[in-house]
Amino acid sequence: MDDLPDKPAKTDKPSKSQKPSSSSSGVSRRDFLKISGVSAAVPLVTQVSAFALAEGEVAAQGPGKVPVSLNVNGKKLNASLEPRVTLLDALRDQFELTGAKRVCDRGTCGACTVLLDGKAVYSCSVLAIDAQSHQITTVEGLGEPGNLHPIQKAFVDNDAQQCGFCTPGFVMATKAFLDQHPNPTPEQIKHGLGGNFCRCGTYAGMRLAVMQAAKTKGA
Amino acid sequence: MADDNAKYGWPAAEQRSLIGKRISRVDGPDKVSGRAKYTYDLHRPGMLYGKVVRSPHAHAKVVSIDTSAAENLPGVKGVYIIQDKGSEIHWAGDDIVVIAAVDEPTAADAAHLVKVEYEVLPHFVDDFTQPKNIAENNAPLSPRDLFQMFNNDAPDDQVIAAAQKRGLAFQLTPEMTQRMKDNEVSETVIKALQAAPVKQPQPTNSPFRKESEQVKGDPDAAFKEAEVVSEGMYGCPVITHCCLESHGSIAEWTDSDHLFSHISTQNVSGLASQYAQSLKIPEANVHVHQDHVGGGFGSKFGIDRWGAYTAQLSKKVGGKPVRVMLERDAELTLAGCRPSAFAKVKVGAKKDGTLTAWQSDSWGTGGPGGGGAPPMPYVVNIPNQRKQHTAVATNIGPARAWRAPNHPQGCLITMGAIEDLAAKLGMDPLELMLKNIKLTAPAEDTFHRADTYRDELMIAADLIGWKKNWHPRGQGSGRGLGLAIHTWGGRGHESNCALTIHPTGSVEMKMGTQDLGVGTRTAILIVAGETLGLPINQIDLKIGDNQYPSSGGSGGSTTIGGVSSSTRRAAVDARDLLFAKVASALKAKPEELEAVRGTIRVKSAPSRSMTWKEACARLGTQPIQTLGKNPGPGDLISSGVGGAVMADVSVDMETGIVKMNKMVCVQDCGLVISMKTAESQVYGAMIMSIATTLYEEKIMDPNTGHMLNPNMDFYRLAGIGDVGELVVHMMTGKGYDERGPIGLGEPPTVGPMAAISNAVANAIGVRVPFLPITPDRVVAALKGGSNATV
Repeated sequence: MDDLPDKPAKTDKPSKSQKPSSSSSGVSRRDFLKISGVSAAVPLVTQVSAFALAEGEVAAQGPGKVPVSLNVNGKKLNASLEPRVTLLDALRDQFELTGAKRVCDRGTCGACTVLLDGKAVYSCSVLAIDAQSHQITTVEGLGEPGNLHPIQKAFVDNDAQQCGFCTPGFVMATKAFLDQHPNPTPEQIKHGLGGNFCRCGTYAGMRLAVMQAAKTKGA
Repeated sequence: MADDNAKYGWPAAEQRSLIGKRISRVDGPDKVSGRAKYTYDLHRPGMLYGKVVRSPHAHAKVVSIDTSAAENLPGVKGVYIIQDKGSEIHWAGDDIVVIAAVDEPTAADAAHLVKVEYEVLPHFVDDFTQPKNIAENNAPLSPRDLFQMFNNDAPDDQVIAAAQKRGLAFQLTPEMTQRMKDNEVSETVIKALQAAPVKQPQPTNSPFRKESEQVKGDPDAAFKEAEVVSEGMYGCPVITHCCLESHGSIAEWTDSDHLFSHISTQNVSGLASQYAQSLKIPEANVHVHQDHVGGGFGSKFGIDRWGAYTAQLSKKVGGKPVRVMLERDAELTLAGCRPSAFAKVKVGAKKDGTLTAWQSDSWGTGGPGGGGAPPMPYVVNIPNQRKQHTAVATNIGPARAWRAPNHPQGCLITMGAIEDLAAKLGMDPLELMLKNIKLTAPAEDTFHRADTYRDELMIAADLIGWKKNWHPRGQGSGRGLGLAIHTWGGRGHESNCALTIHPTGSVEMKMGTQDLGVGTRTAILIVAGETLGLPINQIDLKIGDNQYPSSGGSGGSTTIGGVSSSTRRAAVDARDLLFAKVASALKAKPEELEAVRGTIRVKSAPSRSMTWKEACARLGTQPIQTLGKNPGPGDLISSGVGGAVMADVSVDMETGIVKMNKMVCVQDCGLVISMKTAESQVYGAMIMSIATTLYEEKIMDPNTGHMLNPNMDFYRLAGIGDVGELVVHMMTGKGYDERGPIGLGEPPTVGPMAAISNAVANAIGVRVPFLPITPDRVVAALKGGSNATV
């Protein structure tokens, strides 16, 4: 970061107390952080130091392909990928795990949802290189025809799918959600699955499916 | 015919073990486990990835293209120029160059290296401003103009006058004449069209095409006599399909003139001819395959420009598989556009609510082609009418069919105007609708349509608690109810079903149809299983390939009627052939046998039976092979459905946020084959419509001509928390089942938009004229009172 050219930081919002003169020209990211640090409240200072710490630890990757090793559904999968390749594209194009879908490709629709150490993430918004050293679970790892996971079975029973393109994402989001909320209220379901979109309109069946899955698991 | 009906007709209610039952979709387990393979999921051997260079201008001419830097990038295998210099571009994002590379990042890098020079031309994307002082379009009639007139029930003398005055822009073919006859266009109109002069259309610079005025009855006198007249503005913007699986294909050449295409489509059997025409190869040389499709909604009937250039690019790289799937922004920008419709409407009635007069000035766009006039007044055929439509040609991207083309727009405008009239009269809109219900009967009412609407409205009213919950407009403390009724045709399309019973007892079916997620596979298997007396998991159904007997494209709610009747005929014929083989062994005549629960048995003496397997073993080495067709013998299907929708909303009067409390849809569609998936269709239609009414709009920037929200952050769909309680009631049993299966994909998408819009008006006391009903529009309507237009 030391050799960054002096230019206004694009991604950081200027703090309110920042002097007009300093935003007009030539504020380096480093200077900007100092200004923010001085004038902002304590929590921000903590964030800044965390940022600086992380900065020191990140090693440069690439250019060109780098070896990537992922732990997916309990198996070690290796590939040589450009650092810019997302976890989603790596799963789909390198490992033929196409349950996670590429739909919005910018972290809005949830069709690419997988679990990273048990937590739901949009795999389109995680770099494959950053997913190394985490346990990744995809919909293929949850269950298969003939041996469906209770959540998957509940989706089938309640017809919580039509074209099915959003379904794997919803199944994985439901898995993460029910792990956190084993006995959800309808209101919790609305919020818990609010990060995924379906176009065909399968929410009626989906609400029933989530309730059924919650019950089945508890039984 | 009576014999055919006895032979092929649908089993009576008490004999059905599968038809109409709640059976889980057969491909459900594959879909929930990520095993179902969509076109986007496939990796063909040695597949290359395509990326497209798109026009940054909404209207331009291509001056030059330099692809040399892209071609020299390591990993790039081929470059194909889609629209070369001299081409005129009509919308931003249009395809210019496509690149094939070893992986996607490389193809994307290469796309950035292509240099295209444009001569920028003026663009026009405004469909919202009402066109005024436009001269009537006197250009010769196109086939589309004629379709519009027929669709709007234009009186014969007006069609004839227009044909004489304007002439035709095309030569009338015998096929067209036949189609008109089939659609009950009168002899005198057909004769007038045949006699009309054929003229060359003159090019025009104006974006406006003002259709000739259509008049029915005596609107002037009717408005003069009307005891109450209500006027208002209504409308909805262009929306897009936003299929979650974007459009695209993987094309490969198995030799120099044979194409193999995996493509995301609603039209498996119909694409070979399109490829053949575009690529100049015989139709028989084109193999099309698709197992699953991630949404279509009317936007995936063609190979499209991208289907054609993907095949061209594959040819250029020696036939290697090339995949081009549209990026999300491209999908939203140019692969789907439902035309907008806006209207200034005047409705006249007697004090008792009897509707007497209708006048509408409407306009809207469907892209460069202008777009069609929605049918108005919708369903409620008010006796005296004057209507005029102006199509607006814009550079927003091409129009596509969207579930129930033109109907939701016509319904929104009509039901809104009627609801406003009821409010002006201080009348309950349900009462007003029931009072005028006779106006809903079509000219040739082979089915008691008006009575059915009445029944459906009463059931819906009961389910939503209309009597208890409805308040006069603006008196419900921010809560309101609204209603709408809708219609659709939905007669089954042409379909073929090849069915084989093997001596081992296994049953195999092949059909060139597709399952859009509506449950087509499940419905076919239900019909076959019912007819053969077998559980559905014992039948091997193969669809999604144009090497199988052809079946129509899945559009216009035509699939269920088509595939269920071709399947029924194939299965009845096969079963009867099996009966003939085993009758003597069971000491009975073939017609005395039945196939029930995996056995063949004598109807009058069920103990005289043999298992399905034993029966099939008697085939020796010869399997039974049948081909069932639709159309075919027996009256298995019909056409014409309706439904009633009621919505219950709450509106925050300070913020303008609309919350769905509940929505009810009561729908008839003849005989329901697969109840679970049929209900899902209706739920889905309601949910899509909530998004359409409250969130969706293709927002165009007048300065750049670009779509401003080509992403799913700002092209907003409904989430699981947005839809409120949903209730579906299917009209089934006596009176409905006899009609046979009729399509369901379109009709329930029609009414909800109008019902929600009416509920909002009822809740807040004023009409929010235009969709989507966003908080700012609600607040503006509240501030401006009933005269607010934006």
